[in-house]
Amino acid sequence: MAKKTSPLDPKLAQQLEGKLLLRKEIPFEDTLFDFLLEKNMLTPIPSIVKTLFRKICQRCGNRTNSRFAKIHDINRKHGAWYCRNCLMMGRIIETEPLYRWNGQPFSWQKHEAACTWKGQLTKAQAKASEMVRRFILQPESSLLVWAVCGSGKTEMLFSGIEEALRQGMRICIATPRIDVVRELLPRIQQAFSAVPIQALYGDSAEKQGTSQIIIASTHQLLRFEHAFDVIIIDEIDAFPYHKDASLAFATERALKPSGTMIYLTATPRQKQRTKMLLKQLKHVFVPTRYHGYPLPVPIMCMCFALQKNLVKGNPPRAFIQWLRLRQNQQRQLLIFLPTIALTEKIASNLSELLIHEHVIKGSAEISSVHASDPDREQKISLFREKNLFVLVTTTILERGVTFPAVDVAIIHAGHSVFDEAALVQIAGRAGRSADDPTGEVVFFHDGKTNAMSRAVRSIKKMNRIGRWL
Amino acid sequence: MKCLFCQSKITSEVTWRTLFYPTPMSICKLCNHSLTVISGARCSRCSRRSDVPKCIDCLQWEQFPARDTLRYNYSIYQYNECMQEIITKWKYRGDYELGYIFKNAFHTHFQKMMLTAAKTHLAIPIPLSVERQVERGFNQAEMLAQFLPIPKAPYLQRVTSEKQATKTRSERMGSANPFQLRKPINKPIILVDDIYTTGTTLRHAAKVLIEHGCPEVISFTLIRS
Repeated sequence: MAKKTSPLDPKLAQQLEGKLLLRKEIPFEDTLFDFLLEKNMLTPIPSIVKTLFRKICQRCGNRTNSRFAKIHDINRKHGAWYCRNCLMMGRIIETEPLYRWNGQPFSWQKHEAACTWKGQLTKAQAKASEMVRRFILQPESSLLVWAVCGSGKTEMLFSGIEEALRQGMRICIATPRIDVVRELLPRIQQAFSAVPIQALYGDSAEKQGTSQIIIASTHQLLRFEHAFDVIIIDEIDAFPYHKDASLAFATERALKPSGTMIYLTATPRQKQRTKMLLKQLKHVFVPTRYHGYPLPVPIMCMCFALQKNLVKGNPPRAFIQWLRLRQNQQRQLLIFLPTIALTEKIASNLSELLIHEHVIKGSAEISSVHASDPDREQKISLFREKNLFVLVTTTILERGVTFPAVDVAIIHAGHSVFDEAALVQIAGRAGRSADDPTGEVVFFHDGKTNAMSRAVRSIKKMNRIGRWL
Repeated sequence: MKCLFCQSKITSEVTWRTLFYPTPMSICKLCNHSLTVISGARCSRCSRRSDVPKCIDCLQWEQFPARDTLRYNYSIYQYNECMQEIITKWKYRGDYELGYIFKNAFHTHFQKMMLTAAKTHLAIPIPLSVERQVERGFNQAEMLAQFLPIPKAPYLQRVTSEKQATKTRSERMGSANPFQLRKPINKPIILVDDIYTTGTTLRHAAKVLIEHGCPEVISFTLIRS
């Protein structure tokens, strides 16, 4: 016991440093916990701070009065406040403090040449990679890497991460999408096979977050405070990051004051574009894909009876004509639809039609996925292994996932869920491998929207810039 | 106003009624629509939707008169996916505020269905064990009982803390009685709970009450699953 609780024990520091935790999230027995409190190695801080007119949740930064509620409490006449904003991470209540590590800081191991990835970067990638490395060495900086879909963003990070590991820094790769976390983990693990890496997301097996490199969904960063020297946020423009203010708050707080923030995106939002224009945010631009071929430019296709067809759950006629005339019939089909209800309806009708058209052999080769699908992970991996030929999906697969050779169709592209960023990202799913660097992208619509024409324009612009490099 | 469950804005229609007699809404139309109120023919004893006056479960209970201590149960909602989501967030995640979704329905259905009982009966919420109460911070049955316009008598006490929700039907029926009474009551009782699944918990509580001289026990629950 005495040895376990010695203040020099670095394991405790590794586990608790840089976090804000509730008592029930700290997996120690009461004796050890009380000892730490007594030695002032854990400091309790109030979980909800009250000012004259508002309350502030110390974990998620929530200040909206309507997102707080009172819970009945025996010891308090008027009940106790709790935060409804971050309830899914475990309830924050006024009467239970958060704990912060106040002992000796943990010194992370320094790794010489940790990167085991032996690939070659293209010229544009190498330039961005060098920028990332330089910014990581420079304290208190932030950089936006604007790289088109399929340009190999992950590979550009490797030299930067290697440099950070050489300095003994702690690194976090955060992303709003759980699918992206799952996809990144094996790739990073392969590239840094000697370094312990953990993935944290809603229902991940790993909960502690004690490794030097952490890959996390941005929600998980709510539990961290001044923990990382480098935070890389992948897909900053994705839902829910650009909508939910508490996530931006969490990522900023999880970074050490001297740390480096690196944003990655293929489709920056207006806010970031303005910042870049005003030179408040440094950026590096990668306009070409890693295989050097241009991005597939979407074709827009008018369907006059689209609404009528969708009500019946049929695909539009133009879609069927396109199916027959596709250049490469061997490519898999990825079909995007705006709502969950439509995906299920269309998927069942489509299977008969596709069998009739000899595109697939049986109804087992087509499936649909959406956010609340329990088998979503499995279906995506089936599609990747080419066991499924057609996948009907909502916008959950718009980004971060790679399939080698697909043709992409968006049915009802004029719907409001398909904004410019979403359309550019979806178009970026096609032609991602060097073996099959082209692919068809078709928008089926019943009226061109601004988002559609902007998406096409921005893809064409990227291709134009890319040609000169 | 914002919907307590989905955070979307509630826009109420303006009619003469809402103009002069505004009733605050706690849940939006869409969420409210996905909760199904039990209507039409139902089992007279357990409130399950059924075409025969007594369902199979209740006939089974009647074969053991010693155990069948509850006169009848009235429930408001059917269990469905949306309800399950609300209940897990409310009970297990501890979002106390969500309970107010049911305030109006619980009150009005009580007024409508338990009119005669309301004058004589006392309400007893099904208690939680001490550990579970500490873990959750509140008792959902107690919260529901607060919405009722009759006096409460919280004299029941739970000794063991086995979770019913994780057991099978036969395990539930065979479990030991976890309740104790702190003070005998000689008035008829309405037990209040959030959910009636097999009715074992309610019958255990009713048994303890009847053994201590209570003339009649009925129950009023939010959900019949």
